[in-house]
Amino acid sequence: MSRPATKLIRQGAARVGFRHELHPSQWLQLRAALGDEPELDFLGLWAEQGAVHAAFHGADGLLLTTLPLAEASYPALSPVRPAAAWFERAVADLWGLRAEGGTDGRSWLDHGRWPAMAPLSARPQPNMAEPPQPGFLPALGEGVHQVPVGPVHGGVTEPGHFRFHVQGERVVRLEARLGYAHKGTLGLMRGKSPRAAARFAARISGDSTVAHSWAFAAAAEAALDLTPPPRAILLRGVMAELERIANHLNDWGALCNDAGFAWPQARCGVLREALLRAQEAAFGHRLMMDRVVPGGVSIDIARSGPDTLRAALAGIQAEFPALRRISEEQAGLQDRLAGTGVLHPALAGRFAAGGFVGRASGRDFDARRNRAYAPYDAVAFTVPVLRSGDVEARLALRMAELEQSLSMAETLLARLEPGETLLALPVQGGEGVALVEGFRGEVLCWMALDENGLIRACFARDPSWLHWPLLEAAMQNGILADFPLCNRSFNASYSGVDL
Amino acid sequence: MSDTPEPATDTGPPPPWTPLRQALAGLSWPPMLLPRLVRDLLRGPQTDPAPPVPEITVSALIERLDAAARARLGRSLAIRHVGSGSCNGCELEINGLSGVVYDLERLGLRFVASPRHADVLLVTGPACRNMTEAMQRAWHCAPEPRWVVAVGDCALDGGVFRDSYAVEGGVGQVLPVDLVIPGCPPSPGLMLEGLLALVEAQRDEDEVPAGMPPRAEPGFRNQG
Repeated sequence: MSRPATKLIRQGAARVGFRHELHPSQWLQLRAALGDEPELDFLGLWAEQGAVHAAFHGADGLLLTTLPLAEASYPALSPVRPAAAWFERAVADLWGLRAEGGTDGRSWLDHGRWPAMAPLSARPQPNMAEPPQPGFLPALGEGVHQVPVGPVHGGVTEPGHFRFHVQGERVVRLEARLGYAHKGTLGLMRGKSPRAAARFAARISGDSTVAHSWAFAAAAEAALDLTPPPRAILLRGVMAELERIANHLNDWGALCNDAGFAWPQARCGVLREALLRAQEAAFGHRLMMDRVVPGGVSIDIARSGPDTLRAALAGIQAEFPALRRISEEQAGLQDRLAGTGVLHPALAGRFAAGGFVGRASGRDFDARRNRAYAPYDAVAFTVPVLRSGDVEARLALRMAELEQSLSMAETLLARLEPGETLLALPVQGGEGVALVEGFRGEVLCWMALDENGLIRACFARDPSWLHWPLLEAAMQNGILADFPLCNRSFNASYSGVDL
Repeated sequence: MSDTPEPATDTGPPPPWTPLRQALAGLSWPPMLLPRLVRDLLRGPQTDPAPPVPEITVSALIERLDAAARARLGRSLAIRHVGSGSCNGCELEINGLSGVVYDLERLGLRFVASPRHADVLLVTGPACRNMTEAMQRAWHCAPEPRWVVAVGDCALDGGVFRDSYAVEGGVGQVLPVDLVIPGCPPSPGLMLEGLLALVEAQRDEDEVPAGMPPRAEPGFRNQG
């Protein structure tokens, strides 16, 4: 099997083991080659001053490629990888680098309200203009009208704007306009030590704080050629599985409630609250924020922590079968969930959708298994996959994953041996990349350190980057009233992509 | 197709209990939801008792509203959450307030879907510049008297994001804040304490006339 894109990237000068630098002509060839190698998954695209980077995942694992730039534009990848469009818009807004021939040239993160334009470029220009009106993609047809929703929503959620074009009750087009939660995280990380910048990584998306912290820490450790102590690795695994359990419980309950079936939410809420309290008792924080740091974990588990956590997990385990069965058999609930918001497997594959969104649409990828990073290399678990791609499948997949995580958390807790939990970081340069499976899917983090051990550039890609455009696609031809259900079943992060 | 084949029949007539068994099989067997609902009903609430309210916070809040306004708000509050760009950690904990364990509606507090129905704007996040106009519009939509509660360290002063080009650095830079609930994120218990202080601050005192003024102002203002 010829893999033209992989081959082409590998021909580039290797900067570090996994990143290859291409000439402008090679980058242009890459665009054609990517079209001939659809199985090479596109993970993300970002920039730093004077260069643009793209990340892929293929049969050989992670592959990064770089195009050094003398001017402020580069050939776009979005014509062959549609998922690149959002990244290209972000690169234009933050670094001022234009994607030549891109499929979408509208600004996105930049709403015209920052004091400077292209704030991460070498010379940010002061912004003198009034904030422009946002432009939305058109929808034509008789009786088509628009429904604007947000950025302040009816429920307790993050800010974001949804523009629906509807014909009667049918959604002709949904477009999400995000960027409202842009906090300048990438800029804040620059020039700080990995330890200091870990606080920002922990706040990229609060519900995935462990996953983002872990990906960030693993990237820093790869850059510094450091392996954290075994106890720290096990504790990271425990925290990551607890985070997955808590989030799956939360969305399981909320999804049932959105469909008008309140009882599962009440029960899931009780179980989740018990787990969060156990997490606080064990790790000193309900969401385990700032616990995973470069070099290990910042705090060891409390002496009574394992037992407290086991008790909470046992409570979930005891109620899980009945909760699952009732959710699966309640006819009124199934009527709302089955066949709603279908994400076609072909589209999920083209976008390389991660997590339960991808796996509910037939994409058999889980970083814990496919990348087999520690401690998952020594834990037995199955990766459930479904193909129907509707809201019901995404919920069923979460239940199946929750069951796996319950046993994984127990296994990891049982393996804890006394030992160190945190290593000092050497002060040196380097570059690293990591892929860590969060509850939404795989979190990618890339980091480059200068010779003083400070962050020269960093990029963290939440799985939501790929889920948002897929949510838009899944809503097409659905009805407006199904949007809350469909949105909840994806549960993409706003803050995670707004950065 | 003129004659369809007869379905294969059993040797004898069905036993009398078959219809009953079929009817029960139609249910999800064993019928699970109902006994669980009954059990939940019998074992009593799993809700925590309300936290005590710090008197010093209440007296500070009382100073911020005149008696007439306090009387108009009464002993219950409608809350509208406004996200100004938090990492969603605060939202997770706010959502916990509506659950069985904290159950804030028993205390006269409830979330409403629009700032137009709200007495309290519960604002999270460091006041991202991309959100300032939306925050101000939401505030103008809320009828007076209204409270603004800043939730979380970001809402207090921008938190870890305070030096960013993209944030104003705290909700107070954009809206007049009456109460701050710090924490990253604050626990639901801490938030409940703060919100109850608001309810307490509205306790009617001697100067309030016996006949309570109407709850709502006539007509809508449209400043936004």
